[in-house]
Amino acid sequence: MSTLSSASSALAARPRPRRGDLPTPLEYARTTWMKLVFLASFVFLYFPIITLVAFSFNDSRRNITWKGFTLDYYEKAFNNDHLHEAFVNSMIVAGCSTLVSTVLGAMLGIALYRFRFPFKGAIDGWIHLPIVIPEICMGVAMLAFFHLVNIPLGLFTITASHIAFTIPFVAVVVRARMGGFDESLEEVSEDLGANRWQTFWNVTFPYLRPGVIAGALLAFTLSIDDFVITFFTSGPGSTTFPIKIYSMVRFSVTPEVNAASTILIVLTLGLTIAAMAVQSRTGRRERVR
Amino acid sequence: MDWKTNKLPFGIFLLPASTWLVIFFTVPLAVIWVYSFAERGPQGQIYLAISFENYGRALEWIHLGIIWKSVWMAAVATLAALLIGFPLALGIAFAPPAFKSPLLLIVILPFWTNLLIRTYAWIAVLRSRGFVNGGLAWIHDRFDDLFTALGLPDLLGRFTPLELLYNKTAVIIGLTYIGLPFLVLPLYATLEKLDRRYLEASLDLGAGQWRTLISVTVPLALPGVVSGVLLVFIISLGNFLVADLLGGTDSYMIGNLIAQEFGASRDWPFGAALSFLVMYTTFAILWVRAAVAARSKGTGV
Repeated sequence: MSTLSSASSALAARPRPRRGDLPTPLEYARTTWMKLVFLASFVFLYFPIITLVAFSFNDSRRNITWKGFTLDYYEKAFNNDHLHEAFVNSMIVAGCSTLVSTVLGAMLGIALYRFRFPFKGAIDGWIHLPIVIPEICMGVAMLAFFHLVNIPLGLFTITASHIAFTIPFVAVVVRARMGGFDESLEEVSEDLGANRWQTFWNVTFPYLRPGVIAGALLAFTLSIDDFVITFFTSGPGSTTFPIKIYSMVRFSVTPEVNAASTILIVLTLGLTIAAMAVQSRTGRRERVR
Repeated sequence: MDWKTNKLPFGIFLLPASTWLVIFFTVPLAVIWVYSFAERGPQGQIYLAISFENYGRALEWIHLGIIWKSVWMAAVATLAALLIGFPLALGIAFAPPAFKSPLLLIVILPFWTNLLIRTYAWIAVLRSRGFVNGGLAWIHDRFDDLFTALGLPDLLGRFTPLELLYNKTAVIIGLTYIGLPFLVLPLYATLEKLDRRYLEASLDLGAGQWRTLISVTVPLALPGVVSGVLLVFIISLGNFLVADLLGGTDSYMIGNLIAQEFGASRDWPFGAALSFLVMYTTFAILWVRAAVAARSKGTGV
């Protein structure tokens, strides 16, 4: 983002192209064929999602033609006890896993940024593994593990797995935030008589807070969104929201599924935008300072 | 800070997360790694052993067919994503600065909706009474009206919906859709940094836009292309949800096979071996990706 804004300020000095001008050879974005590329790509990217959301309001069970606006399917989704229970389960899992993974992930991010230690490269790679390995491999591994140690599948197993795969994401975000920290502030604090504990809570942590909040929002989003790992670690009676939607999809395609999906889309989109707002707002405030 | 001079804070910060990841990530992976060499009992029990039989079974004709098909579908989806993604990334990279961030955001936004929902959304588009077939039927009917008015009724016959869902095409469309943002981002990053003087020089020296694109832009953007292509390929290869929802009997992928071995078939050692084959492939591809990135950095391109 910062490179983008610096590039834009450098280019602001150039004369602005006017509407009537022909595009210069490298202004691909102003050519007709590129506008067609943009249009086609955006139709491809958005048509499925927008129709899915739109037809959750359609007053017809046969999804294809528009019969009028209704909120019936939302009412049905809200009154569906199984869906309700699945939503509550998702919130419990996401809440608990976010709490743990934010604390552990933030500490890990700080440790990785701060300390020099042997095998750091190897440990660094190992910690990023949950991000890069295919989800299905992690899912079946968790299933085999919980079976081996005799832990019955349920909310605990889902939560434990979610904590494991969200820790690296939190660590990455917090570590990136740590990168802009001026360590001399800590020295000043210690020179002025604060001990290390006080210095951490009063100097380092307040600086890190936006990174920690963004990491927590990311972890929460990843947790309520997860399907594959949850699919393998959930048992009877511990259905989460995406798992419930999946079983509804397998059963039949109805506007009720669209309504439930729309709720999830709105939820995750809202959380992601909140996370971005936290990061960009603090970024701007610091630039002003 | 060196860990030796600060052992206590180092331990406090590093150990909790590492312990969690060892117990709930590394040990589970080790468990299925050990299982992949084990033998399956008649009721699905697991007898620990050191046998390569499970890996050997992956090379049996029936399984090799599924593996080959997965690789093929993932490759086609990756190619399709590249063909859509390259022009898109080029357009965004060369757009006026004020438009770049919004355009990128538009591309990434669908990536934030749930994977399951993104895949489910395609069912309504592709099924026989879906939007594509609905649109085609509408066009068909208009032509039918036209021909009837011209005194040629029944020229086109009845509209038969295209079979778009529950086959390989549907799976490839689904994988392309999921992979596209992962391709556009690295491509954009490369094209944005690219030294435009090379392109200007090529155009000045008389090469046309196509020639410049193929002989200058694409070679310069190659590290980004390689990085994006490999990423989308591994994401597609390990996917099981898309084939599960959009695929039919002809489009079973390796992910579905793994899920089946851990589910209904209850042959965990074989499932574990397959899962590790996917993982080794992933590691190999990530290694190639890192090597390409290191080399392109070294040559200063």
